[in-house]
Amino acid sequence: MSTSTSLLIGLLLLVLLALAPVDLNDFGVPYPGLRRYGTYILTLWLVTAIAAMGVNLIVGYAGQETLAQAAFVGIGAYLTAIVTKAGVPFGVAFAASGLLTFVIGIALGFPALRVQKHYLAFVTLAFTVLCWLVFRNEQWITGGVMGIRDIERPTFLGWPLRNHIRFYWFVLAITAIMTFVLWWIVRSPWGRAFTALRENPLRAESLGIDVRLYTLLTFALGSAYGGMAGSLYAPLVEFIDPSPFALGPSLLFMLMVVIGGSGTFLGPFVGAGIAVLLPEWLRAWETWYLLIYAVLVMVMMAFFPGGIVGLLSRLVARKARS
Amino acid sequence: MTALLEVRDIEKSFGGVRAVCGVSFDVREGEILGVIGPNGSGKSTLFNCILGQLVPDRGTVRVNGRNVTALRPSRLNRLGVSRTFQLLQVFPELTARENLILAGQEHRGSRLARLFGARDAGMGAEADRMLDFFRLRRLEDEKAGSLSYGQQKLLDAAMAFMSGSRLVLLDEPAGGVNLTMLADLRERLEAINRETGVTFVVIEHNMEFVMALCSRLIVLAEGRIIAEGPPAEVRRDPAVIEAYLGH
Ligand SMILES: Nc1ncnc2c1ncn2[C@@H]1O[C@H](COP(=O)(O)OP(=O)(O)OP(=O)(O)O)[C@@H](O)[C@H]1O
Ligand SMILES: [Mg+2]
Repeated sequence: MSTSTSLLIGLLLLVLLALAPVDLNDFGVPYPGLRRYGTYILTLWLVTAIAAMGVNLIVGYAGQETLAQAAFVGIGAYLTAIVTKAGVPFGVAFAASGLLTFVIGIALGFPALRVQKHYLAFVTLAFTVLCWLVFRNEQWITGGVMGIRDIERPTFLGWPLRNHIRFYWFVLAITAIMTFVLWWIVRSPWGRAFTALRENPLRAESLGIDVRLYTLLTFALGSAYGGMAGSLYAPLVEFIDPSPFALGPSLLFMLMVVIGGSGTFLGPFVGAGIAVLLPEWLRAWETWYLLIYAVLVMVMMAFFPGGIVGLLSRLVARKARS
Repeated sequence: MTALLEVRDIEKSFGGVRAVCGVSFDVREGEILGVIGPNGSGKSTLFNCILGQLVPDRGTVRVNGRNVTALRPSRLNRLGVSRTFQLLQVFPELTARENLILAGQEHRGSRLARLFGARDAGMGAEADRMLDFFRLRRLEDEKAGSLSYGQQKLLDAAMAFMSGSRLVLLDEPAGGVNLTMLADLRERLEAINRETGVTFVVIEHNMEFVMALCSRLIVLAEGRIIAEGPPAEVRRDPAVIEAYLGH
């Protein structure tokens, strides 16, 4: 797809998403707009997608492995909750969350330079457990299992975001910016270097590509996306405790990327959508939910390694040929 | 005059296997040096020690008088030394043109400038020139993985020239390439050497190819140099004949 078409489609999607919670009957369109809960779910989807984009950069584009994303989301969420409660403006907390997770991401990237993929999964897994233990046990700052409640939604340039629709728009705008930034990165020469890293690091290194630097960079950027997602998550849910940042959710981020389409640009959005919406749809069958999810993942891995986006683009390509 | 590449006393063992034992040689600016020898005689290991993929147990490597022993391959490449590997190493998911751009992109401007600059990192024209030169133009938008083996081999070699390197080490560029393509490849390499003065070191089993391409040969057997000189002389050397027939 050409640059201008991609941008145009992106802009169109953005407008449609912005209108989703708006009652359009006043404008002569018979659409009542999403209710409060629907808007909340949509916001949660965006926040999840930001974190999943980070995983996609690390796993899908650069071919590394990470089971630490929920931990980074947690770091961003806790940092934001703690400092905004102490009176620090949200903007500062958001930037600090990104910066801190960027730096920790670099540190976590170092093992990636030494160990093979599967060991890397274990290293990042251990990191997730470590963070979770800190969230749960360091009561004096994290509130332990009781968590932190009454996290305020911020004001933006004097515009209070208490209202759920306004907060949704705010998150949508940030998601749009972060999506654009990542899109820019992966289509720049950096993106080409990331692909080289995934396909053949030995050859990449011999072509002057600083494999060490690019590996650390993907971990830093991908983790920072997790941290910034967490920074938005805290004021969205207004209450955080350690459970969403445990091992299970970390694994879920990986699965989102695989199901959506690892290494495809839109994959994380599709994967996050499924991860957020499926539990809602399958609520009636509560106990079956995990089973269905597991089966879905296995089928995906076995038959469509390109994920849903990969599958769709294959179908489109076939249509175009015939 | 100092040599462009100076290799001194390189040694490398893998466990009990002494793959390279005390190899020294010089490569002069503009020459095409051939490295031949039976399978397992240490040719690829020698290359890997020169280029930083392996750290030699002993010995030094100098490029333009500068000690580059065990320097990281990416650093060495940015100092103007490129290579190809014995096994084909293109990036199958990238197009032929993208492969070439990738091979050159880290050599132009700063990393930050590349993030904000053009998608082709300013390498587009150079990539086109290389596509024309290696007669791959009509395949430019094909994924490298879908090219034929010989075409991939040409692309692989072409990638080594994208960085504007002055010294290029090729590990079996002709391996698996058919006869017509082989003549093509040889002629392309000679043309580059003639027109731009790029210096080559070439590992090759195909004797005809080596004899025609190289101005000087080194013969390795069991990790040591057993003969050195112009192709015609080396070919008659009893030690060389012995090494080849002995296997
Ligand atoms: N990574 C390695 N680990 C252990 N042994 C190795 C390794 N690489 C090479 N060797 C051994 O070192 C010796 C030299 O191998 P090398 O690949 O350098 O030979 P070569 O001259 O390139 O052979 P060919 O013509 O078959 O490519 C062989 O005995 C090989 O088994
Ligand atoms: Mg070899």
